[in-house]
Amino acid sequence: MTITSANPTTSLVPAAPVPVAPTDVETVAFSIDGIETSAPKGTLVIRAAEELGIQIPRFCDHPLLAPAGACRQCLVEVWAPGRDGKLAKMPKPQASCTLEATPGMQVKTQHTSAEADKAQHGVMELLLINHPLDCPVCDKGGECPLQNQAMSNGRASTRFVDVKRTFAKPIAISTQILLDRERCILCQRCTRFSEEIAGDVFIDLQKRGANQQIGTFDTDVLGFAGDVPTGASTLDTSGKPFASYFSGNTVQICPVGALTSAAYRFRSRPFDLVSTPGVSEHDSNGSAIRIDHRRGVVLRRLAGDDPAVNQEWISDKDRFAFTWQSAPDRIMTPLVRERTDDGTRGELVPASWVEALGAAAAGLRAAGAVGVLPGGRLTLEDAYAYAKFARVVLGTNDVDGRARPHSDEEEAFLAHRVAGRTLEVTFADLDRAPAVLLVGLEPEEEAGILFLRLRQAVVHHRARVVSVAALASRGLERLSGTLLAAAPGTEAEVLDGIVDGASDQLGATAELLAADDAVILVGERLATVPGGFTAVLALAERTGARLAWVPRRAGERGAVEAGLLPNTLPGGRTVADGAARVDLAAAWDVGSLPSAPGRSTGEIVAGARDGSLGGLLVGGLEPADLPDPALVRDALDRVGFLVSLEVRASEVTDRADVVLPVAPPVERGGTFVTWEGRPRPFPQALVSHALPDHRVLDRLADELGVVLGLGSLAEVHAELDQIGGWDGARAAAPAVGADEPPAVAPGTAVLATWHQLLDNGRLQSGEQHLAGTAKRPVARISAGTAAAAGVADGGALAVSTDAGTITLPVAVTDMPDHVVWLPTNAPGSAVRDTLHADAGDLVRVAAGSTEVA
Amino acid sequence: MAEPSKKPTSRQVARPAAEPAPKPQAQDVEKRSPVGDVGAPASYEPLMKPAGGVRGFLAPVGGFGVTLSNMFRPTVTEEYPSEKVPAKPRYHGRHQLNRYADGLEKCIGCELCAWACPADAIYVEGADNTPDNQRSPGERYGAVYQINYLRCIFCGLCIEACPTRALTMTNEYELAGPTRAGMIWEKQDLLAPLREGMLSAPHPMVEGTTDTEYYRGEVTGATEAQQAWVRERRPDDATLPEGDGVDAANATQHEAAETAAEMARLVAAANKQGRR
Repeated sequence: MTITSANPTTSLVPAAPVPVAPTDVETVAFSIDGIETSAPKGTLVIRAAEELGIQIPRFCDHPLLAPAGACRQCLVEVWAPGRDGKLAKMPKPQASCTLEATPGMQVKTQHTSAEADKAQHGVMELLLINHPLDCPVCDKGGECPLQNQAMSNGRASTRFVDVKRTFAKPIAISTQILLDRERCILCQRCTRFSEEIAGDVFIDLQKRGANQQIGTFDTDVLGFAGDVPTGASTLDTSGKPFASYFSGNTVQICPVGALTSAAYRFRSRPFDLVSTPGVSEHDSNGSAIRIDHRRGVVLRRLAGDDPAVNQEWISDKDRFAFTWQSAPDRIMTPLVRERTDDGTRGELVPASWVEALGAAAAGLRAAGAVGVLPGGRLTLEDAYAYAKFARVVLGTNDVDGRARPHSDEEEAFLAHRVAGRTLEVTFADLDRAPAVLLVGLEPEEEAGILFLRLRQAVVHHRARVVSVAALASRGLERLSGTLLAAAPGTEAEVLDGIVDGASDQLGATAELLAADDAVILVGERLATVPGGFTAVLALAERTGARLAWVPRRAGERGAVEAGLLPNTLPGGRTVADGAARVDLAAAWDVGSLPSAPGRSTGEIVAGARDGSLGGLLVGGLEPADLPDPALVRDALDRVGFLVSLEVRASEVTDRADVVLPVAPPVERGGTFVTWEGRPRPFPQALVSHALPDHRVLDRLADELGVVLGLGSLAEVHAELDQIGGWDGARAAAPAVGADEPPAVAPGTAVLATWHQLLDNGRLQSGEQHLAGTAKRPVARISAGTAAAAGVADGGALAVSTDAGTITLPVAVTDMPDHVVWLPTNAPGSAVRDTLHADAGDLVRVAAGSTEVA
Repeated sequence: MAEPSKKPTSRQVARPAAEPAPKPQAQDVEKRSPVGDVGAPASYEPLMKPAGGVRGFLAPVGGFGVTLSNMFRPTVTEEYPSEKVPAKPRYHGRHQLNRYADGLEKCIGCELCAWACPADAIYVEGADNTPDNQRSPGERYGAVYQINYLRCIFCGLCIEACPTRALTMTNEYELAGPTRAGMIWEKQDLLAPLREGMLSAPHPMVEGTTDTEYYRGEVTGATEAQQAWVRERRPDDATLPEGDGVDAANATQHEAAETAAEMARLVAAANKQGRR
């Protein structure tokens, strides 16, 4: 069969265009070390010197932080024209990190000015007076700006003969971040980061003079006993007022070894680490990271520098949660389950690849109808392989990558508005947006870097953030955001209320969204709200605001593009569209593609339970992520034949007939697709024999007698390029009416819930230092509901359904009555597992019988 | 040869006739035509003048004079391995990881030795000292310490790099073995034996001291408190005053030092074979 369609004009997930610098900017002409140069007005001298390749030593200066002039290391000699136009020397050396270039200025750095050189040597000598000589045991040794610049711009020997100031060391600011105060040179990069970027101040300067030091809000040190910082911090698991999801960045930008992480402390030295660039697998932002490994073991991850995506920051989860990839329960060989004589399932035994693939193929062939549940953490290549495997090899549309609460309305929305429309809203657009509406999305908890970008927009040009949610989280407060309070299930109603001329907040929001470049960000949780996506589409239509869908997991957007939805094919083609099917069948070189509508995740689970599906092919899926984990476990138990592609032993592999091990991201290359639709390719970091999913599926297809042609990344990419985007008809927009909110009887409440960034997630296991920085799990209810339930602030609240009870301490919060909020998967609060309920469901609330910590 | 060399190669055979006749040289053998002529060169001139007279007469037995004269000189042959001559004091032999006077290890796992090593023979991993497992003064100790003696060139740069003088070199030079793995010495193989007054690690630092006092040599031996700490946790530790003594402890350490013990056995066997 020949390919009937013309060559695609776009690739399936096109790369982002390179941003062009604005050209029409006012520049100033001046000289550094005698070199004439020009730079945009407002450029700092130190930055202009960098452009010329002139290195000026510095500690406090950081391109993404406001100038501080704290360390004084970057002193230069400056001549500038005075009022009379005559060039005059500034009487003292100037800090080049706070000095803006002016026309005609002549800067002399240490390279051409003996005075600047002497000044820098003097500053360095002062900085080193109290700095301990413990470089051999310091984690920063070997990559330390102080060490390097003391060699390049410092005296060869010390003149200081007195006793150095010492402190008890280290202070544990949290279970993860450790502070050695005597190493600190008070550059304030860490405090400026937490103030300017993350907005969660947890350390600050204390005391004066020689005793000045960085410290936590330890009342003994800070001297405000009895006072707890108000609003700026929440309690972490240790009960101390510190919880930041971005604290790891302070370790990375610390120019000395004052801030270190417990996970990496004393583990390694920079010279024996091999660095490989990577992309974080923890959320849909696709943060650039640097993976440092030694002898096949990942020792740490650092933020990569990507101005278009994560700038130079990553969340603590991106930074510290990597041990899952080498956890003891990693599956290293294929496993095949023995069948006992009476046909029941026996033990899993290690098998060769040939044997396991043979068993899997035979089982799938015998099973009849097979459903595919690939999970939400796949790379684009793997997602595409699953989509093609289901349609070509298994001949079914029963494939759904959504391992979370989902709805048909959501799929219609994704096919209509998301699939094939990449890079319509990007991080750069958020920088410009005058207003951002968040619907079903908690950026700090669900997309950390998105939160930092929003905060940057808020801080830099007063962007307005409005959130439709049950309560104003601390994250929203730090965005100076406005809450449009909506009890779970009533979001559609609130969205429909955002019309011009409406009263109070709703009308104001409509006005904000009508502005040019306003953005609506909608989260995956809106799938639990009937009519939610319909209302969002209507709102975007009504106000002209741009719309983007921000899922939580790294693989969700790639799955939508690759066609991991029951009724959507790669590139936004729909199953119902005959032309799209023919186009794809031609590209895939098959006669036809299945035209029967596919089943969603929930329907596949139901099908496996009632026997209409004889087999399941399951990827990285946790039953506890689905709305009713008990049903999923039952389905996995009952299904005739279960094949699992997994990295680690899981509830699925416990029940599988054949387990095929696959490689974690660090042991394979691939591409994650961000929520913007930006492809984020990453190389393989560690040498490994583990196979990525697409190769395993390719070999499994071979075993089933079908050539899938996806045996290597190059083959997958060639095929993705050949298929390209779809310019034919798109799926119709969903049109689902909102449900009436359920009647709330006394003693019950509507459940609101979302994931916290740090919780009991599978990809965070084995990292105790990180787990200790999680927010303390609390249940949140309004004062009225608390009074009705007879619970005081801090007391125990029991939230129960017929399935189980969760008891957590109460935090009385300003939120709608008859709503209770629980963290979805925090320790002691496994909402779906325990309650079998999700946002919008009715739960019983009562005072807890036992006091909880 | 890519670049023209100033040095004449042996193939440069054609000399201008005007030049004075060159002194015969060894390379002149090459002057022979590459093909055909395999006979002696036309004009052979010996470089040394043959002796004449009495010298010429005695020449055939002249060599015995050398033999005879050496019979009355001191012998330089070393009867290794039957007799082992001690190496010079600064000989670069096998490494040793030293201890402070109270038995704590000097190594802080800083990896500077590995950094300095030009042969990449050293591998170190640091770890945290904890109150229950204090192995060296301060916060950090070397948890893994390996030296690969197949790679080591005994240059001593690691010794110069060591900030705590934990790593020094002994005079031991008998390092041989039949396997590659057996040439990688682990930390227990390299650790110096305990001496009188030392208490085997782990145990807390001497009370009231920091790593600075240790470094300055102000710690001269294990204290009562340290002994009490060890007594509480390891009552039958041999290095306690009432224990079996440091020799017994060192014997235990030797057992743990499998690589060193295996190599010692191999070398001893080889020595035995070589002994007359």
